[in-house]
Amino acid sequence: MEHDNATPHVFPDARKPGELFYSMVFLATSAALLSMIFWQTSVLPGKGFAAQPRTWPLISLSGMTLFALANLVATSRSARTPGRWQEVVVWVRSLEYVGWYLLYVAAIPAIGYLAATLAFCLFMTWRAGYRSGLAFGAATGFALFVVLLFKSLFNVKIPGGAVYEYLPDTLRYIMIRYF
Amino acid sequence: MDVFLSGLEIIARWDVIAALLVGSIGGVMVGAMPGVGAAVAIAIMLPATFSLEPIVGLTALLGIYGSSMFGGAIPAILINTPGTPVNALTTYDGYPMTRRGEARRALGLAYSASFFGGIFSILCLILLAPILARIAPMFGAREIFLAALLGIVLVVVTHRGQVLAAGMLVCYGIFLKTVGLEGAGYTQRYTFGQTWLASGIDLIVVVLGLFALSQAFILLSDKDQKYELPPLAKSGFFSSMAEIFRFKRVATVASSFGVICGMIPGVGEFMSQFMSYGYAQKTSKTPDLFGKGNPEGIVASEAANNSVPAAAMIPLLALGIPGEELTAMMLAVFYVHNVIPGPQLFQNQLDFVVALYIALFVLNVLVVLFLLVSTNSLMKVMLIPNRFLGMMILTFSLIGVYSLRNSLKDCAIAAAFGVFGFILKRLNWPTSPIILGMVLGGLMEAKLRTAMARVETPWDFINRPIAFVLFSMIVIAIVLHVMSVVRDRRKAAGHV
Repeated sequence: MEHDNATPHVFPDARKPGELFYSMVFLATSAALLSMIFWQTSVLPGKGFAAQPRTWPLISLSGMTLFALANLVATSRSARTPGRWQEVVVWVRSLEYVGWYLLYVAAIPAIGYLAATLAFCLFMTWRAGYRSGLAFGAATGFALFVVLLFKSLFNVKIPGGAVYEYLPDTLRYIMIRYF
Repeated sequence: MDVFLSGLEIIARWDVIAALLVGSIGGVMVGAMPGVGAAVAIAIMLPATFSLEPIVGLTALLGIYGSSMFGGAIPAILINTPGTPVNALTTYDGYPMTRRGEARRALGLAYSASFFGGIFSILCLILLAPILARIAPMFGAREIFLAALLGIVLVVVTHRGQVLAAGMLVCYGIFLKTVGLEGAGYTQRYTFGQTWLASGIDLIVVVLGLFALSQAFILLSDKDQKYELPPLAKSGFFSSMAEIFRFKRVATVASSFGVICGMIPGVGEFMSQFMSYGYAQKTSKTPDLFGKGNPEGIVASEAANNSVPAAAMIPLLALGIPGEELTAMMLAVFYVHNVIPGPQLFQNQLDFVVALYIALFVLNVLVVLFLLVSTNSLMKVMLIPNRFLGMMILTFSLIGVYSLRNSLKDCAIAAAFGVFGFILKRLNWPTSPIILGMVLGGLMEAKLRTAMARVETPWDFINRPIAFVLFSMIVIAIVLHVMSVVRDRRKAAGHV
């Protein structure tokens, strides 16, 4: 509590690693978007300010730019915490998980939800550094639980896999409908 | 009485009760897992509830919302890690009590204080319902615009130490909502000639990216935490829960703070918790024991945070204005089912509103009963390793995003917002202003357009009593904030 009362409202004492860099990126993006306002929005003749399509992008982008500028000034005046580029590396590393995630999404229409989910859960468990039979068993159980709950029970709208076309008629229907 | 009975009839159905049961038990479990939290769970569940009836979907989400804080107290007390961010203050006194061997007592107090807060706020809601039904129709376009603007201002000024970041992120949220084809003149805004941007940026995709995917990335990038669970006495829950009667005053004041903060858009659990904790400390006979295992601290924190959910439903139901990100997500469920929250809901569907209150009451009872019998087993969920949890959230998130339109593009946008949210969380910048900006920004644009058709001078905008009160609250909030900034700066200069 004491610490919180002493925390300044607007101007923090120290910044996190990478905060100045990101503040700059945010300001540059805000300013770039604001500069595009004349060709990305239009003005309707005979309409008041509140009814103009340009009004709210103008208000929001101006606000973004002003706050981002003030934030950059406040951040640059606060004490630096070393480790900016290490932090940027951590941000970039998160893209690896984005890649696996999108691969998982792309695999569903090809191999089906059940196989894609099983493969994704087992691979991510391995990638996260777990090697025990218990971890892989838990991942398999979790994948089956997710598929059975959402696809089989709740009928959540997820397409069947293209490979299901090669299955016998009865089995194909069951796989498309439930897995 | 008739309205109460029709409300009861609405929820007395097997599917509603099942949704309530799943939501409340699921919410406790999610709350007890550090690093997950109600926002992640609601974001994931949101698209799944679209295929359900509004009352079924909403009770499931209400269950998660209202019960996660009960569960969040468990790791806060036992392992000094809050299950949800709003249980942070519970660690101050809960964990020292655990170290003294009083874990069972601390948990019992946390459960009873949470229950007290929950029931107190529901009673306030029931008492306020007739007044709300009378006042809500007085809210026209300009009043709703001003109430939304008040929410925006409060979201910014209540982010202590992050005001500038909150300001730019709330504006970013407002901007995101403007992207696409606008409804007045059917012109394109910031679509860069891309047809897929013409329909705008989907709130659900942003919510899932910012809350669920970003949290999965955080957990996957972290090292696993090794927790040691303390031993828990097998009996004594009831006696420790009954101890709440020794702290009636603190519990009542804390719950009142929760109700007031919950009712004001943009304020919520954090502010109510800090105010209650501060009050409890100032009025305690043993203020020096706060932070060292004072039971009053647990009561203040838990009663305050658990009285917010019911109160936060007031602006949502009466005006269609969400107070924070969780109610913003629930608003999406209303819109999907074409149930438009606002003054008409209180006038025409009061039984629906009463049904939600009854559901809230039942969920509080269910959760306490569940916790009484399952705390020992529930402790095991804290042992799930971080990175395994990250994998689980990532798998669950796919259902939310992909089931919307089976679109890889949606998943890519959600992933982009996931990385954005990941960076914001690493920098300790808040993510909720973006969601509130998106929801309140769209509302403000529509209401301002309607209101200005009948306004000739600026005075016309605030010449009605409620509009004037709201405008005054906005001015007061800004003035108080500026004064506190100046005071802090002077104090800081004085120390140098």
